[in-house]
Amino acid sequence: MTQQQLKPARIDWLTIMLYIVFVIGGLLCIYASVYKETNPYIYDMNMNYGKQLLWIVISAFIAMLILLVDEKLFYAFAYGFYGLTIILLLATFVIGTEIKGSSSWIRIGGFQIQPAEFAKFGVALALAKYLSGYNIDFKNWKVKAISFLIILLPMAIILLQNETGSALVFASFAIVLYREGLPGWLLVIGVLLIVLTIVALLLKPLYIIISLVVIASAFLFLVRRTQLLIFLTFGIVLFSSAYVSSIDYIFENVMQAHQRTRINVLLGKEVDLKGAGYNVQQSLIAIGSGGAFGKGYLEGTQNKFRFVPEQSTDFIFCTIGEEFGFLGSFIFITLYVILLWRLSIMAERQRSKFNRIYGYSLVGILFFHFLINIGMTLGLMPVIGIPLPFISYGGSALLSFTILLFIFIRLDANRVNELKNFE
Amino acid sequence: MESQIKQRILIGVFIFIGFIYVIRLLMLQIFDDSYIRYAQNNVLQEQTIYPARGLVMDRTNDLLVYNDNIYDLFVTPEQVKNLDTNSFCDVIGITKDEFIARFERIKRQKGYAIYRPSIFEKQLTIKTYAKFQEMLFDFQGFYVDVRTDRKYKYSNAAHIMGYIGEVTEKMIENSDGYYRLGDFIGISGVERTYEKELGGIKGVRYVLVDSKSRSQGRYKSGEFDTAAVAGKKINLTIDQELQEFGETLMKNKIGSVVAIEPNTGEILSMISSPTYDPNLFVGRERGNHYMELLQDPTKPLFNRPIAAPYPPGSIFKVIMSLIGQQEKVLFPTTAYGCGGGFNYGGLHVGCHPHGSPLPLQSAIMVSCNAYFCHVYRTVVNNPKYRKVEDAYNKLYEHLASFGMGRKLGVDLYSEGTGFVPKATYYDKIYGRNRWQALTTISLGIGQGELGITPLQMANATALIANRGYFITPHIVKKIEGKKNPNPEYNVKHWCTVDTSYFPVVINGMEDVVNHGTAYIAKIPGITICGKTGTAQNPHGKDHSIFFAFAPKDNPKIAIAVVVENAGFGATWAAPIASLMIEQYLTKKHNTRPALVERMIKGNLIRKSIINDSATIKTSKN
Repeated sequence: MTQQQLKPARIDWLTIMLYIVFVIGGLLCIYASVYKETNPYIYDMNMNYGKQLLWIVISAFIAMLILLVDEKLFYAFAYGFYGLTIILLLATFVIGTEIKGSSSWIRIGGFQIQPAEFAKFGVALALAKYLSGYNIDFKNWKVKAISFLIILLPMAIILLQNETGSALVFASFAIVLYREGLPGWLLVIGVLLIVLTIVALLLKPLYIIISLVVIASAFLFLVRRTQLLIFLTFGIVLFSSAYVSSIDYIFENVMQAHQRTRINVLLGKEVDLKGAGYNVQQSLIAIGSGGAFGKGYLEGTQNKFRFVPEQSTDFIFCTIGEEFGFLGSFIFITLYVILLWRLSIMAERQRSKFNRIYGYSLVGILFFHFLINIGMTLGLMPVIGIPLPFISYGGSALLSFTILLFIFIRLDANRVNELKNFE
Repeated sequence: MESQIKQRILIGVFIFIGFIYVIRLLMLQIFDDSYIRYAQNNVLQEQTIYPARGLVMDRTNDLLVYNDNIYDLFVTPEQVKNLDTNSFCDVIGITKDEFIARFERIKRQKGYAIYRPSIFEKQLTIKTYAKFQEMLFDFQGFYVDVRTDRKYKYSNAAHIMGYIGEVTEKMIENSDGYYRLGDFIGISGVERTYEKELGGIKGVRYVLVDSKSRSQGRYKSGEFDTAAVAGKKINLTIDQELQEFGETLMKNKIGSVVAIEPNTGEILSMISSPTYDPNLFVGRERGNHYMELLQDPTKPLFNRPIAAPYPPGSIFKVIMSLIGQQEKVLFPTTAYGCGGGFNYGGLHVGCHPHGSPLPLQSAIMVSCNAYFCHVYRTVVNNPKYRKVEDAYNKLYEHLASFGMGRKLGVDLYSEGTGFVPKATYYDKIYGRNRWQALTTISLGIGQGELGITPLQMANATALIANRGYFITPHIVKKIEGKKNPNPEYNVKHWCTVDTSYFPVVINGMEDVVNHGTAYIAKIPGITICGKTGTAQNPHGKDHSIFFAFAPKDNPKIAIAVVVENAGFGATWAAPIASLMIEQYLTKKHNTRPALVERMIKGNLIRKSIINDSATIKTSKN
């Protein structure tokens, strides 16, 4: 390596601007969702938004720290961070505090942190380092296996903590793997499996198998039959039948009652306005009653009077929908898509593989949260308790997303000086 | 190249998802307005404002019924904090065990929620309320809700006033959703008939509530609220003084008094004895009092004047005199002999000794049984009609025009029809065309199957006083803001007997009081026309009956008195009627203190009580 003239870092201000807009907007929404005109005697008004403000200050401080730190640090300590998050995750089994039926929290002073939130960032770093390593080719099945292992390890621990939502987030790394060479047809198969899963939950397996056989016979009757095609069709039908049956078995015998209910409500098989369906129904009422221009800031009756559950965390989008209406929601979704777009472009322009993989990890995680969280409040996705990044109340989430984002901004700022030296 | 395509696909997916969500938002927020309604249902709570119930006064504007505050104690379990149970129990006047039991009961109630107020104690006394208010701050989570209930200034006229009570499910159904569970409604008496006027109109207040139904302030500063409209003031036709005096006279007797102003049909007094204090149906002991009264063998809850049918006895002779004349089978000069009774074809109806033979006026005066058996015989066996049945039907028609055997249409609930047998009734007993006047002769002297309510008796008296018409008796004189509350009560109902037939009968009634069977009822200076009745009944001693009106010319009061199982009409019913007439016309009742005292002291319940309950049972059938 030769001595070279370092160019000044170029920070991507658009991303930072969007970040600031989201964080400040989120704070305002949290304030609105716990705001009380009258009786302040039951809910301490300062509690949620006060804490969030403190977390924003902490996040801002850490973000600045990240921007000042030498970017090589993240590469150097990638596995270290990963190891640390795994240890923290495991530690919850020993010193964890149980909050709302999940033992995934560690209490430090007055605050609780959720290691699961930080695990995403550990995986992103570790995956980026591993895949950018010398002589690593994603086409190699061993490399694929290790990549999956890096992702699946924390996912499994989080599943054991009964945090299904947080565990599912790790599915977002599929986007990275897709970018790094996982064939598209695998993703298509994945999507097909999801469709099969939904059909399996909606209908009796026997009907699906019969329909599959009928469709396959019709298909074979219509096309020119080759031995391979017959063999392939037969294999697909066999596999699908087995898959559908096993989904049915898992649903009936492995899943817990509340999970079954949630799924049934989501699929419209069950209307349960007191339980799982209540959240979605109230969420739709809050958003739907916002109309074109909303009820005005702090005027949302559904949020204000606590009809929407988890309104400052998972259902924060209801506040936007109710108080700012279609206009506000449209602007918010547009800004979010712009952020994802921008980050994709930034990820693609990286010269170093490490930076690129890390960037796509970030994009994937943010997209997955956006997809599930907004979809859930709109009744299009299952009620999986994951936050809306930068907006939802929650210190661990905000801090972890901030770190995730700013590490990438830091990496990106220095890309002009990168000489693909890690490859 | 490949990586660029992959990037485009990814960005495309992001935009696609964003697009889908925007479409979904468009559907929810712009195209579907049902969510706005749902949201309102969520936060808007309708609170009812109860109007004050209308006041009730008598005909002289003396206030009879007003509203009194009632204090109900509520508890919101969630807000109960640091409660000193001992001092709380002291104030409310319950034991600690009961306190715990009370909470258990509340928890089991339908609709219970820890954050919602539940009723803890109904109708605190004003003393308890005052003590409670002082210590309100020590009893967090408890509060007192003030409602109003009825209060009766006098302890009279319970049957007229009626009472209010909580609505039943059925009433709610029939009210098109106006009444809600827990609302009060008139159950009987004037409270029931005039529920619409007295009840007023409930108001509505819209309040914003949170997800746990806690109030969060007015909706749009009360823009959509409606005020409650207070119930209207009502004047009864009752004369409170007369009512009170009459009830005193009827004390310890079972029976009825009905007094009517003949030319208006206004009921001046209506007494059902034994009676009860209307204030018993107010307050927390309401239910217990009701059960006690319900189990009382003298049936104080039974509204006798309008519902109990009695055989009218001799007073029916007056009616027969009028009908006989109208049917042209009886003339003032008609005379029948009486040798100790009616003897006709082996039939004998006894009579008391008196001069014989007598013309009509005198026959009324001495109340000759034989005479009126003949009258009845000539009416029913009238050759003018082809068949006995036709003649009898004519008689029935006449009686109906006097208001007998049918509801008159008084503005009180549970009016009875009385009983006048129809021809078909006798057909059933004796077979068609197998009966005639002699078969049913006891009807002629007001006995037999005949059942007339005291109201019908008083109404017939008023008709005689009016020389041929009556106005439907009614209890409400004036309703605030209504010029002519019920036009039906201005209509003269003419009976089928011509006015010209009345004078001789009225003269006979005058003689009854002046020197006949009801001499005891005579008041110097007031011409009373009356007729005693002593109604035999299968349940013991005869009922003492009297009806009268006064003065003879331009009558001001028509009255009917029935004292059950008390003997001769002259012994009890006539003096009571006389005293009440005097009270009403002169506003005095002190001219005959000995008589007043005898009436008040007369205790006729003990000996008749068992017989009486039997009477009521049969009369209801």
